[in-house]
Amino acid sequence: MKIKSPKDFWSGLMFIGFGLFASIWAVVHYQMGTAVRMGPAYFPTVLGGLLVFLGLIVLLGSFAIEGPKIPPLTFRPLVMITIGCLLYGYLMKPLGLFAATCSLVVVGALGGHEFSWKESAVLCLVLCVFSWAVFIKGLGLPFPLWPAYFS
Amino acid sequence: MEIFNNLLLGFSVAISLQNIFYAFIGVLLGTLIGVLPGIGPVATIAMLLPITFNLNPLSALIMLAGIYYGAQYGGSTTAILVNIPGESASVVTCLDGYQMARQGRAGVALATSALGSFFAGCVATLVIAVAAPPLAEVALKFGPSEYFSLMVFGLIAATVLAHGSLIKAIAMVVWGLLFGIIGTDVNSGVLRFTFDIPELSDGIGFVIVAMGMFGTAEIVANLEQGDKREVFAKKVTNLWLTKEDFKRAWPAVLRGTALGSCLGILPGGGALLSSFGAYTVEKKVSNHPEQFGKGAIEGVAGPESANNAGAQTSFIPMLTLGIPGNAVMALMIGALMIQGIAPGPQVMNEKPQLFWGLIASMWIGNLMLVVLNLPLIGMWVKLLQVPYRFLFPSILVFMAIGVYSLSNNPFDVLIMAIFGIVGYICAKLECEPAPMILGFILGPLMEENLRRAMLLSRGDPTVFFTKPISAAFMIASLILLVIVALPAIRKKRDEAFVEETK
Repeated sequence: MKIKSPKDFWSGLMFIGFGLFASIWAVVHYQMGTAVRMGPAYFPTVLGGLLVFLGLIVLLGSFAIEGPKIPPLTFRPLVMITIGCLLYGYLMKPLGLFAATCSLVVVGALGGHEFSWKESAVLCLVLCVFSWAVFIKGLGLPFPLWPAYFS
Repeated sequence: MEIFNNLLLGFSVAISLQNIFYAFIGVLLGTLIGVLPGIGPVATIAMLLPITFNLNPLSALIMLAGIYYGAQYGGSTTAILVNIPGESASVVTCLDGYQMARQGRAGVALATSALGSFFAGCVATLVIAVAAPPLAEVALKFGPSEYFSLMVFGLIAATVLAHGSLIKAIAMVVWGLLFGIIGTDVNSGVLRFTFDIPELSDGIGFVIVAMGMFGTAEIVANLEQGDKREVFAKKVTNLWLTKEDFKRAWPAVLRGTALGSCLGILPGGGALLSSFGAYTVEKKVSNHPEQFGKGAIEGVAGPESANNAGAQTSFIPMLTLGIPGNAVMALMIGALMIQGIAPGPQVMNEKPQLFWGLIASMWIGNLMLVVLNLPLIGMWVKLLQVPYRFLFPSILVFMAIGVYSLSNNPFDVLIMAIFGIVGYICAKLECEPAPMILGFILGPLMEENLRRAMLLSRGDPTVFFTKPISAAFMIASLILLVIVALPAIRKKRDEAFVEETK
């Protein structure tokens, strides 16, 4: 059998995988109950089964119906933006708002096409001032500004 | 004249200095993100949700609503001047609006779109005022089985009207329902799918999922495509329509408004569907269809009126039934919940000021938008020249701040990043994120109503088909599914979407 529509093939597999996982996990860990008094496992098991069923239709269809190829994956933007967001979240408490903002801006900008230190530095400055003025001064969010050991 | 009194009450609340201020902020932000490609109302509203916690409920809703319909105005500016939809609902405006700009008639196109939108906005405000009360009256009589069937119908209609593969869209809904289950089960107190992570015991925040699927995923997609913006008309002059323009535009505006008002109410409807529908209608009824795609003014007037009307009437199911028809409305429900208001038909009776104030504010907001978008057009044109490499890090910072401020916990940012990756993969596999978001927000509600309905009927599943209202919803869902599955109609539906998005 030849896969005619790779997009459908992989989405089918994805749905089946998640559906199987949800049903099995629910059945093993939670109580099923009855149709009158549904236990915590009832709804997720049914939904998981439904997802597997729909996934199977999509998967089988991918052998029959012609479909477009999956466009090439470019990892650089995805990886850089993911890392940038994580840095922001995890640096906020130890290093404060300014360090977190700058790391997100620089790492995020590295995911773009053109990168220049000069532009990023300006952007860092602008966004730091803006965040401070709007979110800390204006809306009163309780974020630390500087690294913890400074103050 | 009860409607008159109600609207009067609404205006008396909406006209307060604070509410006018938030309406202005909303429409200004809406226009801004509408003009800027690569960021839509869903991500913006999600970003601002945590901030609305500090506002009173009415001001919060007024501002968020302003963002949604404001984006419809702003999106058309980019479509006309740059040939890129600033907002997904203005895709069809590119077709004729950009051609008009190339013929030196950018000002006329912009004026048509803004005035058409304003007219549509006024009518849609009235439609909400007239249609919402009776609907809420009916909805007050709904029991758990009716609610369950209504949600099934809403979700199915949302997938039928979305574009792309129907089965994949339904699968995405089911997947979203499963994500919605994560957290503590209300009935038994059991922690489901939390994997011993304490942060998951309250479930995943809806805002975080929306921000990941629509925010970060969209930025990544934009970076892949590269920045190909070129502003065609650097200076917009002559905003006045000629007599001939006016004669051709106004019937299109009327048709667009009527169609948009209807399509907006449907689950899955809203601005996007309305604009596509209106363009198709205009092309069908026109005496000179060959002009479409070459700068026909009807091709701007119809869809632009329709998307604004649709954006506003899509509030009707949200306000009266507590059921979101599209992702933006799901966020509005999130905003109500943050304020401790349970969405549903009782809102209108218990909080008439909130309800009517919001409706009245829409009219005020539309008035502001005309001013913002016509005399001040030069400002937006300048903004369009800001390159994307400055924009996306800024958007990232706002998203990260918004998510982090939800509970001052980096874990939320981690979840957003994960859903960003999920959203990216889904986009590559042509799985629509919008149905998943709807499923996600309706998941817990559906389970709750299913359980109650089954308990009341002593485990008899036929209850969904023996109660008349519930049966009507179920049959309507079945009919929808069968109709779309029919090969002939399916081909038509695919064609309609392909033709318009070219």
